[in-house]
Amino acid sequence: MAFLRHAWTVAWKDLRVELRTREILSTMVFFAAMIVIVCSFAFVEKVPSIGDLASGVLWVAVAFSGTIALQRAFEREREGQTIRGLLLAPSERSAIFLGKALGVTIYLAVVEAVVLFLVGVLFGAPVTRDLPLVAAIVVLASIGFALVGSTFAGMLLRTRARELLLPVLLYPVITPALIAGTKGTASLWATTPGLAEAYFWIKFLAVFDAIFLVVSLWAFESLVVE
Amino acid sequence: MMKTLVLAACALVAVAGFAVLPFLVMDAPLAYDLYFNQKIFYYHVPAAETMFVSVFVSGIASIGYLATRRPGWDDTAVAAADLVLAFGAIMLLTGPIWAQVAWGTFWVWDARLTSSLLLWMIFVAYALIRRYGGPGSERLAAGLALFGMVDVPLVYFAVNFWRTQHPTNSVIPTLRGEMRTAFLVGTISYLAIYVVLLMARRGARQAERRLHDLAEEIETA
Repeated sequence: MAFLRHAWTVAWKDLRVELRTREILSTMVFFAAMIVIVCSFAFVEKVPSIGDLASGVLWVAVAFSGTIALQRAFEREREGQTIRGLLLAPSERSAIFLGKALGVTIYLAVVEAVVLFLVGVLFGAPVTRDLPLVAAIVVLASIGFALVGSTFAGMLLRTRARELLLPVLLYPVITPALIAGTKGTASLWATTPGLAEAYFWIKFLAVFDAIFLVVSLWAFESLVVE
Repeated sequence: MMKTLVLAACALVAVAGFAVLPFLVMDAPLAYDLYFNQKIFYYHVPAAETMFVSVFVSGIASIGYLATRRPGWDDTAVAAADLVLAFGAIMLLTGPIWAQVAWGTFWVWDARLTSSLLLWMIFVAYALIRRYGGPGSERLAAGLALFGMVDVPLVYFAVNFWRTQHPTNSVIPTLRGEMRTAFLVGTISYLAIYVVLLMARRGARQAERRLHDLAEEIETA
């Protein structure tokens, strides 16, 4: 009986802490709501086709794995205390930022190649059709993700509850790129590929990247000062 | 002095406006074959407009804070961010009531709905950061407000291309007579109460900050 009582004591302690701070629950609920919204773009059709489904799975996978990449890429610098060295290095802050973002983009590209292969095999998506266009969408979306993500991950370095707050910050802001990615690949994988639509999303992603390149460079400079 | 006058004037306008608004809305003719349900328009649209105003107030104040580091900018940004949540909540609650009758469903993934919801979510994230981010979260939150503001046209453009079903802005200039009066009084009342709340929240925030600074001074002394 003591065993169960001890377990309950620990659970009750946890619940009481949470009731007073509501930190875990409120961020959890927010995170869950964001996942529902991200999925809504992919699965909102009444009868989703295999292309829509595969495309949704691809971008949900990118969003999740990208968050892990960002967390590790910056956490590693903090754990090794190398971030201070980086910031003290005689180079432009923006160059350091771009370097970090480029690293994350490359991780994402590798992961995306694997996920594309998987959705091709497991969901039967025609991933090899119009591959250059698919690659363009995937790479442009990754660049946008890495730019916005690196800014936030960099800013979060000195904040409490980093791992909790990164997706909270990142997902709402990155959603336009996720919509563009999902809709872009879905249009290419449809039974009759919508090339015009795909080109629209590619242009959209290019604009997204350009805007956030400017904003991130300015923000990173003034946000990670000390 | 000037501040108090503005506050008092806006408070008066808001009180008077919200007092007469129900009667104006009552008298406005029915439209859109939606009968009584359409009347929610006079509350829904001004709330949405006020929310968007508040997003830009918060975003611009955040740029001001990041550029100058003056805490006054941050107070404005926080106050406006809180009000985005409040007016956004009104918008998000009244919209589905209308949609249930007009479209037969509470929610569709339409351009306006999605972009407004996302914008609101960005400011929920803002509130979470302010609350749980600990020291240094002001700058982080300022960054988020800035990114959120930049995101507005992008989200809208993306979802608009994809699908849209929400009545467009072109409805508003076509309003005539009593409908127009009710709509204008609604908008003015909402904006007036917005100014009152913004100034009050900003004042509270300033007092909070001063108290915090004083407490720190005592501790170090």
